[in-house]
Amino acid sequence: METVTMTLVQQPELYLECYSVTPDLFAGKSLAEIAELPAHEGKILWKLGDFFKFEGKSGATAAETKIVVNGNVKRMKRFGQQMTGGEIVINSDADMYVGGWMRGGKITVKGNADSFLGIAMEGGEILIEGDAQNHVGSAYRGDWRGMSGGLIRVKGKAGNDIGTAMTGGTIIIEGNAFIHVLTHAEGGTVIIKGDVEGRVGGQMVKGDAYIFGNLLYPLPGFKKIGTVEKEVDGTTYTFDQYIGDLGERKTKKKGEIIYGNIYMKI
Amino acid sequence: MPKVIENVGCPYCGCSCDDVRVTVSDDGKKVLEVENVCAIGTEIFKHGSSDHRIRSPRLRQPDGSMKDITYDEAIEWVAQHLYKAKKPLMYGFGSTNCEGQAAAARVMETAGGMLDNCATICHGPSFLAIFDNGYPTCTLGEVKNRADVIVYWGSNPAHAHPRHMSRYSIFPRGFFTGKGQKKRTIIVIDPRYTDTANVADYHLQIKQGHDYELFDAFRMVVIGHGKDLPDEVAGIKKEKILEVAEIMANARFGTTFFGMGLTHSDGRNHNIDIAISLTRDLNKVAKWTIMAMRGHYNIAGPGVVWSWTFGFPYCLDLTKKDHAHMNPGETSSVDMAMRDEVDMFINIGTDAGAHFPIPAVKQLKKHPWVTIDPSINMASEISDLHIPVCICGVDVGGIVYRMDNVPIQFRKVIDNQGLLDDETLLNRIADRLDELNAQGA
Amino acid sequence: MSEIIIKNGYIFDPISGIKGDKADISIKDGKITDKVSSKAEVIDASGRTVMAGGVDIHTHIVGPKVNLGREMRPEDKLFRGSFRGGILKQGKHMEMGFSIPSTWKTGYSYARMGYTYANEAAMPPLMAPHVHEEIRDTPIIDISAMPVFGNNWFCFEYIKNKEIENNAAYVAWLLNATKGFGIKIVNPGGTEAWAWGDNCVTINDPVPFFDITPAEIVKGLIETNEYLGLPHSIHLHGNNLGNPGCYETTLDTLKLAEGYKPKNKFGREQVLHNTHIQFHSYKGDSWGTFESGAREVMDYVNSNKNITVDIGAVTLDETTTMTADGPFEYHLNQLNHIKWANVDVELETGSGIVPYIYDKNIKVCGIQWAIGLEIALFAKDLMRVFLTTDHPNAGPFTRYPRVIKWLMSQKAREATLDTMKYKDKVIAASHIASMDKELGLYEIAMMTRAGPAKALGLSSMYGSLAKGADANIAIYDLDPTNIPSDPELIEAAFQNTAYTLKEGVVVVKDKQIVAEPHKYTIWTKVNMPENAQVMHDVKEKFTKNYTVNLENYAVFDEHVHNPRAIEVEVA
Repeated sequence: METVTMTLVQQPELYLECYSVTPDLFAGKSLAEIAELPAHEGKILWKLGDFFKFEGKSGATAAETKIVVNGNVKRMKRFGQQMTGGEIVINSDADMYVGGWMRGGKITVKGNADSFLGIAMEGGEILIEGDAQNHVGSAYRGDWRGMSGGLIRVKGKAGNDIGTAMTGGTIIIEGNAFIHVLTHAEGGTVIIKGDVEGRVGGQMVKGDAYIFGNLLYPLPGFKKIGTVEKEVDGTTYTFDQYIGDLGERKTKKKGEIIYGNIYMKI
Repeated sequence: MPKVIENVGCPYCGCSCDDVRVTVSDDGKKVLEVENVCAIGTEIFKHGSSDHRIRSPRLRQPDGSMKDITYDEAIEWVAQHLYKAKKPLMYGFGSTNCEGQAAAARVMETAGGMLDNCATICHGPSFLAIFDNGYPTCTLGEVKNRADVIVYWGSNPAHAHPRHMSRYSIFPRGFFTGKGQKKRTIIVIDPRYTDTANVADYHLQIKQGHDYELFDAFRMVVIGHGKDLPDEVAGIKKEKILEVAEIMANARFGTTFFGMGLTHSDGRNHNIDIAISLTRDLNKVAKWTIMAMRGHYNIAGPGVVWSWTFGFPYCLDLTKKDHAHMNPGETSSVDMAMRDEVDMFINIGTDAGAHFPIPAVKQLKKHPWVTIDPSINMASEISDLHIPVCICGVDVGGIVYRMDNVPIQFRKVIDNQGLLDDETLLNRIADRLDELNAQGA
Repeated sequence: MSEIIIKNGYIFDPISGIKGDKADISIKDGKITDKVSSKAEVIDASGRTVMAGGVDIHTHIVGPKVNLGREMRPEDKLFRGSFRGGILKQGKHMEMGFSIPSTWKTGYSYARMGYTYANEAAMPPLMAPHVHEEIRDTPIIDISAMPVFGNNWFCFEYIKNKEIENNAAYVAWLLNATKGFGIKIVNPGGTEAWAWGDNCVTINDPVPFFDITPAEIVKGLIETNEYLGLPHSIHLHGNNLGNPGCYETTLDTLKLAEGYKPKNKFGREQVLHNTHIQFHSYKGDSWGTFESGAREVMDYVNSNKNITVDIGAVTLDETTTMTADGPFEYHLNQLNHIKWANVDVELETGSGIVPYIYDKNIKVCGIQWAIGLEIALFAKDLMRVFLTTDHPNAGPFTRYPRVIKWLMSQKAREATLDTMKYKDKVIAASHIASMDKELGLYEIAMMTRAGPAKALGLSSMYGSLAKGADANIAIYDLDPTNIPSDPELIEAAFQNTAYTLKEGVVVVKDKQIVAEPHKYTIWTKVNMPENAQVMHDVKEKFTKNYTVNLENYAVFDEHVHNPRAIEVEVA
């Protein structure tokens, strides 16, 4: 794997949209060509080279290309959008849409990520060392096809709308979460290792939520059916199992009704 | 001789009543009398012919005072600043006709900026819910002619929409509802005992912020899981939930009207989202519809106009000039202001100075601020430039959309006395921007 | 004024009977003429196909239902704009949306395909000002809009009482009030029943509380239409659309036209236009036994000259279904569970919207695709069978070139069949695989301009290259003497014209929008004496039942843009 290191030399006045920063668009390009890739600040069309200096070299394909981002890029959006392979390491906070519509590869953010992290993600892996805001692994507005594959791990806390309309893949929030986990989900797994305020699994057709801490306001639509042992994120725990949302439609498999599950750690 | 104008539309709330009778002076400059209208509507017509109306654009001077300038100078000022700004925001349209909203779309597409309307701080969550779950609704006449069960959830028309109950929902006698209120069951769900709750057959005094749970409970009953309900949900006893759900499920034609009680509590869009799910479920066993209690007489308008223009109703990012983007949470006015994402602000037909959070106003105030509004308000008083315009329904007509998206054709009742209307003003700004863009290219 | 001569093109003009002859077309002052001076601007069409501007007889492009579809589907715009691939801005405004394009994209896209006229198929009368606002913002193409009458309380009363004259006076009044074009009927009686959560699934199901049946509504409106002598016939979306076995309801519905003769001065020969007949041609008694009923339906259509149809071809896309057939959309949503919008409109109509994915890997979708094409391939007279996708219901109108490709090339049909997961089951439940018919350009011209213009009663103005017609012309990069063996090139040629002319103005050149001249709103003005009884009834209903005042109901003149009235005299 080859590495391109991009270092911030000029802060934008407003927010910068870094949709060109993906292994796919860097692969096979010289540093000079990479510096020519577009970025928007409002209506102004800039080049990446207007804000960053570039070192190293890109690989022949996305999978063989790693991008390291240095400098404070807290006001920059859309890193790794739609990437299919390779790796991005951001050594600061990043703004919205990190790994949005991502299909493969890996993104690490050493600081915090803002909202819409991994929105409609299909595959690959995202690791946030800090916190994330709202809509982690959620669907784009109006879409019934949310995150369908891959793994998002947030070491800190997250806000509302985690895994909305999720159909597959896994989200792990190691800290606390606010409200709306797996709303409208038709699959997928969300693991919250901290506390959740409420609204887990509302309007959920199918999917699995694991809550390690407190769930302050459980929904009426979930019913306890027993206690189970499950291996979660490499360790085995005992959980109370609840099924629901009993207010939402359900699918059947071989004549059996499939419910969504909430597993509460005992 | 004073002149009487009939069938006038009222520029106040989302009821968009079109039966107002206005008497104007012989010279067509003064409103003398207003009939068939609520107290608030009356005031708007009276204000229209007030001697205190601002009739000239005013530009802030280095010493902080405001100086009258011409419309031409104001148009030039706005066009030059829009041209220079990297990411200007135009927000408002709580009191603008659709023609003005279409012209605004042209201005911001030409300028390459952000375009948003008051829904962003009001019924924006309802849009998000419609995106996610659709909108099984009807026109208000369907409610009048057919409805036998009415739910007001988180809304208080007795104060916010004064004629809603008498014109459309509880009291009118329609084609299949000849007995009016006597044959209607009214359910009010609100943490407060409002004046609307006072006329209801059932008032469910829900625990504030827990509407989503109560909707989930109603859905469980409708789908056949009533027995699995906990003893109490959101402060409402199981027996009461079963009783009210039974009434809903047996409705011949039911309507849920919802307001800011749902859009402004935790979960916001998902409160509406699950209300829509409940409405859909109820159609398996009854006939049921749902409607947002939109606030202003044409606040439905920008959502309609911009949907046909760009495909999105609000929170539009037109900065790329050849495609539009929308994602509330990112492209919404208050979020952008709080994050200091924009570098020019045009407040039109509303008062962001009063309605936005103070930190948001402070951020916006760092940049050029224009207010386009007939009145003096907080926004106009902190502006760099205030451009007065006609009041839709008073000194300019035009199409407006009622809360049920029915277009109502408004009439002009008094002479505009030299004031420009929004459409003309905005089109002249866009024309000037076209020239600047052509020169720049 | 301006003169243009289009030289040496291969002309396909069924109205004049010209079948691919090499000839010149002269244009003066926006009209087709027989000769022009030597100063005329020359457009070289050698080696190219020349047709009249396309006429779309049935499409949903403007109005409240279309727009709610736009509003509720932001995902229809995601990564679909010009951002990285897609249409770069060509005209005055950006182009947004795939299945339900913005008004701007709608006008530009039709023009790029060589279409210059579109008939909006469903206008709720109460919402007419909205329809006209969107017409204003739809560039280039002329538009007419048909108000819906099949669930209108006035019509129910008059038809029940056999008062055709009163019904005619009401229809005339409403066409004037809404600036509407003709009589549209959607699920007659069924949408009114849906206001109570019910439906009418046969032509004899009584409408709740109104003591009338769909059959009576349809016959009453045929009689009304011919009493008035409107340019177009009734335009019908019948009962029981989209259900397995519905072809029987369709045959019952078509038979209602038996014995009726067209009475009009516009050269129209049908009394009933059955729209998107693909959706009405399903056999089987469940989704499991679903199969094509195209042969049965087309056997009837072929032998009854007073009927026209459009095909409503399925294009195998993710699209948005929207119709005034409220109960149908509710049931569709119960099948696919994606979002659902519904708008019931007081005293008049209703509507529903559901996104839908015609997935080539689902057997039923494959069969639906086959049925749409079979309708056209079974047709004996393509002046009575028109190309549509019931935009956006069976697919967006921007796929017409793809449908043309399938109709012109068996190879293209086989290639699509080969991509289907349940190809064998689709073949077993349809006729498509055994049909080797390939339509020619003359037949395509019949289906896309001459036929629809004639059925609309507008062939003296539209869909024609005869002298006196509007100079609406499409020039395609397609050499009829050397049709490419690769069917994709046929699709590409019809997707973007070499030139499109609208009233003698070049609006598209080399696939690009180059001008946006003014365009018309076409409506039908019936001149007849005022009917006191009807005006009394109208006033009463507005006082008692409507929530909008009568005086604010008719579209104000300032909200109708460039009206062009088709006048009808009734003594």
